[in-house]
Amino acid sequence: MMKGLLEYMGTEPGRLHFSWISSAESTKFVEVANTVAEEVKALGPAKHFIKEKAEVA
Amino acid sequence: MLEYVGKIRDIARRLLSENKVDVVIGFRQGTIPMMSEPAVVSRPEDVDELYWDYNCGINLTNYLTKRTDRIGVVAKGCDSRNIVTHIVENQIKREQLYIIGVPCHGMIDRSRILAALDGQEPTAVVVNDTEIVVTGPGFERKFNRQEYLQNNCATCIHRNPVVYDELVAEKVEEQKLDDRYADVKKIEAMSPDEKWAFFDKILAPCLRCYACRNACPLCYCPTCFVDESRPQWLGKSIDPTDVRTFHFLRAYHCAGRCTDCGACERACPVNIPVRLLTKKLNMDVEDLYGFEPGMVPDVRPPLDVYRPDDPGGFIK
Ligand code: SF4
Ligand code: SF4
Ligand code: SF4
Repeated sequence: MMKGLLEYMGTEPGRLHFSWISSAESTKFVEVANTVAEEVKALGPAKHFIKEKAEVA
Repeated sequence: MLEYVGKIRDIARRLLSENKVDVVIGFRQGTIPMMSEPAVVSRPEDVDELYWDYNCGINLTNYLTKRTDRIGVVAKGCDSRNIVTHIVENQIKREQLYIIGVPCHGMIDRSRILAALDGQEPTAVVVNDTEIVVTGPGFERKFNRQEYLQNNCATCIHRNPVVYDELVAEKVEEQKLDDRYADVKKIEAMSPDEKWAFFDKILAPCLRCYACRNACPLCYCPTCFVDESRPQWLGKSIDPTDVRTFHFLRAYHCAGRCTDCGACERACPVNIPVRLLTKKLNMDVEDLYGFEPGMVPDVRPPLDVYRPDDPGGFIK
């Protein structure tokens, strides 16, 4: 639901990933890390949730 | 509506004089039109203060949190669902409450009426079965009641209280709607960039005044995450990133709990449609968990419990 709301507000699907990997599942870890990296690379650098400059009152 | 007023006063008078409750929480007329305000009455001779009309959109459950006395509370459909949520979340005990249920006809949208008046100052507003008649110095304007309902009331399907000790009138017929989530689906159909731009635009006027949070009965944390400074969870400026983060998190804290009572939206001084966020979560919680907040006592909200069959499609 959190991912749903983020995407509803304009975060790209593919930017945020969730996975459940046990410490014994090294192959799964590699696979997931690779997919995440590929998908995020494909999206390009993040455009959102970045503050350009510190806001000084 | 006026018959409701008499009935509410009668019940309040009876409860107070028979010492069944210590206070009755309801509404009284505001000092300006379309601004009925919460009232706490503790003496039988004061019950004539109590009132009811089409401007009682504030959610009275907000005034129950952690009270220790015995309370008679006036509750429309949405308030009653928030009372259920409050009971489930241990903010009040059912035994403390005498719920005066009000079958609701929907509240009128003050901000849209004022906008339509374009600066003209109303001095009296009378609502009948179909029309809202607004009068002021040198003018009279009529609005269609159904069209000028608060947006959440126009899409409300639980106008009758779900818990009550006594009703002030016969139950009203519930609305049958084709699609309560049309506005949410319209946004969902946009591309990510359009969505981002859309929310940038609607959130831009936000002042971070937190009226939306304060009006909401779900927001009872002693220290809200926005006010914490150690650690500071998010920036306190009106930088668009901070504003968006605030709105995202405020909405998310209401996930699976929001009754779409509209008190948040009503409270906003700059008319930000904050319900677009909570409504999306309401839709998802209905789709994913088949759950509608505040309908059944004893059932904890879905994000508060773990079940082996919780939807997990997002986990790789
Ligand atoms: S949301 Fe429903 S119960 Fe609540 S004020 Fe509107 S119509 Fe009445
Ligand atoms: S988030 Fe808004 S609509 Fe939902 S319960 Fe709170 S005040 Fe009511
Ligand atoms: S009430 Fe309106 S302006 Fe105030 S914090 Fe909420 S959305 Fe922003």
